[in-house]
Amino acid sequence: MTISDFDIFGLLIGKENDSDYLKKPVIIQGITGSYGSTHTRLMKAYGTNIVAGVTPGKGGQNYEGIPIYANVSDAVRATEARISGIFVPAPYFLDAAKDALDNGIKILVAIPEHVPIKDAIRVTEYAKSKKAIMIGPNTPGLIVPDIIKIGIMPAQPFKAGKTIVFSRSGTLMYEVSFNLTRSGYGQKLCLGIGGDPINGINLIEAFELIRSSNDVESVVVVGEIGGDSEEQLAEYLIRTKFSKPVVAYIAGRAAPKERTMGHAGAIVYGNYGSAESKISMYSKANVPVARTPKEIPELISQKVR
Amino acid sequence: MRLLEYQGKELFDKYGIRIPKAILVTKLQEAEEAAAKLGYPVVLKAQLTVGGRGKAGAILKCKTATDVEINFNQLISKEIKGELPRGILVEELANIEKELYLSLFLDRTKRCYSLIVSADGGVDIEKVGKKVIIDLPLDGLSDLAAEEIARKIGLSSNTAVSFIDFSTKLSELVKGEEAELAEVNPLAVLHDGSIMALDAKVIIDNNALFRHPDLKKYEQISQLEMQAEKNGFSLVELNGNIAIIGNGAGLVMSTLDMVSDAGGNAGCFLDFGGRATTETIYEALKVISEIKKINIIFVNLFGGIVRTNLVAQAILDAYQHNLIDTPLFARISGAESDKAKEMLRGTKAKLYDTVEDAIIGLSQTISIMKEK
Repeated sequence: MTISDFDIFGLLIGKENDSDYLKKPVIIQGITGSYGSTHTRLMKAYGTNIVAGVTPGKGGQNYEGIPIYANVSDAVRATEARISGIFVPAPYFLDAAKDALDNGIKILVAIPEHVPIKDAIRVTEYAKSKKAIMIGPNTPGLIVPDIIKIGIMPAQPFKAGKTIVFSRSGTLMYEVSFNLTRSGYGQKLCLGIGGDPINGINLIEAFELIRSSNDVESVVVVGEIGGDSEEQLAEYLIRTKFSKPVVAYIAGRAAPKERTMGHAGAIVYGNYGSAESKISMYSKANVPVARTPKEIPELISQKVR
Repeated sequence: MRLLEYQGKELFDKYGIRIPKAILVTKLQEAEEAAAKLGYPVVLKAQLTVGGRGKAGAILKCKTATDVEINFNQLISKEIKGELPRGILVEELANIEKELYLSLFLDRTKRCYSLIVSADGGVDIEKVGKKVIIDLPLDGLSDLAAEEIARKIGLSSNTAVSFIDFSTKLSELVKGEEAELAEVNPLAVLHDGSIMALDAKVIIDNNALFRHPDLKKYEQISQLEMQAEKNGFSLVELNGNIAIIGNGAGLVMSTLDMVSDAGGNAGCFLDFGGRATTETIYEALKVISEIKKINIIFVNLFGGIVRTNLVAQAILDAYQHNLIDTPLFARISGAESDKAKEMLRGTKAKLYDTVEDAIIGLSQTISIMKEK
């Protein structure tokens, strides 16, 4: 499978004549944990069609009317869900993700923080072999405003529209979307890549996912120091002549080197991972970089006419 | 977690990787005894996590006991890139014929481990042209792949055998201990053609530590960072006077940028994660109160689900319990922000609806402080 063939909107929203159009079934793994249960309630309130939960050892029970199964196999058999939000603690993540991928889940939203690198690589490879994608780990999740949210983001900053937001950071995704909404740029999709060194879907793949989507007016990439994903993305945009307007933001310009700034992935070694390196590559790709989240809508308005 | 050289070498030894004989010391007398035991000449190596130790003068050769005395005293108190050494490694001087470079690292973009080997080791590895790079599967480096590399960089037959042994063991170490990086520079070819690791730079995946309790002893975090960690915060101590607090690493980094654009000097970075409750904010302020150089606090909370009156309560409590006595600027958007502002009237805290306004408030205070 090449990632550009992956029909993310088809899976999240569906087609108009689907019986579950706008109501795609979603399961939550780790639904009985404090985090999982709180956010299940919030996602449901937003309109996400949460049809089942999975917690080993608690099969047969229910959470606020949502049936709980002992494993993904049972949950999928009962609901035909293709989307799972994983809320289990990091040490249990590998098993939970394998269980999901073995049983037909195609979009795995991996919320937990502190997942070991080795486990993240394993799941990424495994997802590929199953023609599925993992979003995260250490992601706030994804939201198609007014239709579906799978994750821990608050609802208020987001509004339906034609801008796409990809972000390496959670709260910055909310902050940037809030600024977009305030300036009249609603969002078609906001997706957290994850704050870890390994991303199931990296920035380039995220762009591949929406490359041929209609109704996309512009794409905002919210990055931060560490790694070279922004540099790679810039190169990709140049190489593939990406045609939609792109605007970027990079957090951590003022951060010291060789210190992990909250996210495991946010660390600069020498010039590797530095904001300067990213900004200079973006400028080659003709991607303006905002100095503050507030500047982003202004930069979009200059690109979209 | 970046290990010190001697710690990395302890792991090397565990995996049967050949390293020079060495003794870790912290006192001059120990250094002299160690040198006598190992036999001259020896090398004194300051144990620092910063790179470029050779260039910075943190590695010194000693031919006599007098050299040891002079060099030890020089190294033990020498701050390099803001870091004092945590011990000195006294090491035998190896008989080097040739220096190689090898690094096994996590390639984030490819999402796999990669191996770089260069036939020219040395100080400026970035500038070296001739090198071999291969991607590794999760099971690590095979004998066959190692043999291929040895051939490509032109190692003679007995060196190649030693190289295969070394590189496959290093790969086992990376796999076994879940390292993000294991770099050896220089990797020495000795006069007899065998291979020896003269340095060790190892970074362990912190998130995998739960599977490696024996590595916990290498954790070097300050008392304060430990206290922060217990609360689920991430704290980075910096050099300035302004504490920057917020929910979410990206947001706090972004705030750090804006504060420094406004001429401010950050004294710490504190991300208290997703949960903005009265307790977490209070605990965060408590951690901040332990950092003496902090005289301004800047809070950036992205709300939505934040109850602003709970945040205001925490700030009020912190003032009333004399935990803090400094000006505090807070951007708090969310429900009931008028009520929160009212609660903090008469204190040194100022609340703003947008981060831009909060930054303006901060920069006014910074310029007043500078005038004084």
